[in-house]
Amino acid sequence: MATELMSNEIALLAIFLLSIFVGFEVVSKVSTTLHTPLMSGANAIHGVILVGAIVVADHANTNLELGLALAAVILATINMVGGFVVTDRMLQMFKGKPKVKKDSGDSK
Amino acid sequence: MSRNLYDLIGLAAGICFILALKGLSSPKSARRGNLIGAIGATVATIIVFFYANGGKALNHLPLILTAIGFGVIVGVPAARKVQMTQMPQLVALFNGVGGGAAALVAIVEYLKLGDGATTAEVVATVFTVIVGCVSFSGSVITFLKLQELMTTRPVIFPLGRQVIALTLIGVLASGGWVITSGGSTPLLVNGLLSLLFGILFVLPVGGADVPIVISLLNAFTGLTVAASGYVLQTTLLIVAGTLVGASGTILTRLMAEAMGRSLFGTLFGAFTAKAQASSGAVDTRPVKSGSPDDVAILLNYAQRVVIVPGFGLAVAQAQHTVRELADLLASKGVEVAYGIHPVAGRMPGHMNVLLAEANVPYEQLVEMEEINPTFPQTDVVLVVGANDVVNPAAKTTPGCPIYGMPILDVGQAGNVIFLKRSMRPGFAGIENELLYDAKTTLLFGDAKDSLTKVVSALKAL
Repeated sequence: MATELMSNEIALLAIFLLSIFVGFEVVSKVSTTLHTPLMSGANAIHGVILVGAIVVADHANTNLELGLALAAVILATINMVGGFVVTDRMLQMFKGKPKVKKDSGDSK
Repeated sequence: MSRNLYDLIGLAAGICFILALKGLSSPKSARRGNLIGAIGATVATIIVFFYANGGKALNHLPLILTAIGFGVIVGVPAARKVQMTQMPQLVALFNGVGGGAAALVAIVEYLKLGDGATTAEVVATVFTVIVGCVSFSGSVITFLKLQELMTTRPVIFPLGRQVIALTLIGVLASGGWVITSGGSTPLLVNGLLSLLFGILFVLPVGGADVPIVISLLNAFTGLTVAASGYVLQTTLLIVAGTLVGASGTILTRLMAEAMGRSLFGTLFGAFTAKAQASSGAVDTRPVKSGSPDDVAILLNYAQRVVIVPGFGLAVAQAQHTVRELADLLASKGVEVAYGIHPVAGRMPGHMNVLLAEANVPYEQLVEMEEINPTFPQTDVVLVVGANDVVNPAAKTTPGCPIYGMPILDVGQAGNVIFLKRSMRPGFAGIENELLYDAKTTLLFGDAKDSLTKVVSALKAL
């Protein structure tokens, strides 16, 4: 039992450390143009704490725990859903480019 | 649903997040990247309903669904309706609520575990509560600053450094108290002190540095999520939180570099910098203000015009008008380019977002390093609602809040036109010597009104 618990902890540690490296690698080069959407997108990703909020809401035994957990569910949902929607709105604007070239071509 | 299946689907969601961050790093794939991230998050949320209670319907299911519905009702319209100018503070707010959620999750799990919690779990809980609370209250302060509900200047109070140091000691000590004695009172004290520390930590940061702080707090929230993932033994939360923590840290450093500042200087600069004594004497000096016609004439006879947009453009929603002006000038044979400072506006890349909205051709947006050598050959620079990013004080005045930040060298051009609402200094609150220069013309008023008048004056010429 004790050894099994230990190996689980080690596995989590490995996941943690490897994720650090992946996180560093993945964004090592980003143009300043994309800093804002990238920050906003990363912000939306940590909204997945919603999963944790749902789990603790399910486990809650007392009214205090349930109340706090439901508050966490609300906050996490705002973070996650709002975050992805707002990032998409920002990026939508970058997409208009090909159309633009036609426009400016016409006016010239 | 078995633990293995749950973890496998969680792993798939984690991979979605990696692909999302990767996608967001390049303009072509950014939107798809965001979509992949959203899919990963949705899948992760749905499967937890089938797993958390051993396959049975969750306890308190209606309440949980109501809470989610409420969050959607609040979050989606806010994200849809917010103006481009207010985007930074919305991101700050979303980040803050995420940090708050992570702290609450850890607190509930801690209360439930009671005395059964292992030391490692308690340590992770304390970490989550501290960092989550700091992220929450810090983000609220950045929101208030950006929304201009409070002063955008660094707030420096007497004995500030000592108060902050004492609060930090209190936070750590109460954290130690939780770990050694357990119970809910120490945790409550710890949480309250952490909230206080978050406020004190952000207050002295100057307005121009706020984006860097948002990014840093974003990384903090990521780490909190990872720590609560440990408490809940959920791999997905560890992966997602750590990814955001790591990438957020890199991003924060990149942003600080773009502003020519060290991260340390940003966070602690405000403590060492003396309050700027820039107000007073200089204000009385004469400035040359012009009419829209003067500006139109200057522009009409120029060969090369560089437009430098700033936050004022965003506030006035003048991006479409500025494009109209640029097109008009181009049709008269004037060479037009936009000089984009990486941190113009309230967030890095803010101007690119705005001008892209107005369908400004991407090739006309020239980054700082490329445009700076061309200013001596530029006849007119039109500064639309920008101030700090063209302020020579960044080069000439050691100790001022923006000292060391690379700027657009507009002073080297033949003429400089400032479209400004008033003589009020920029966001960072520093006087701009360039306004008093002989080759500078000022056109006061709302950027959009001014531009509209200039456009009609140009047409009449």
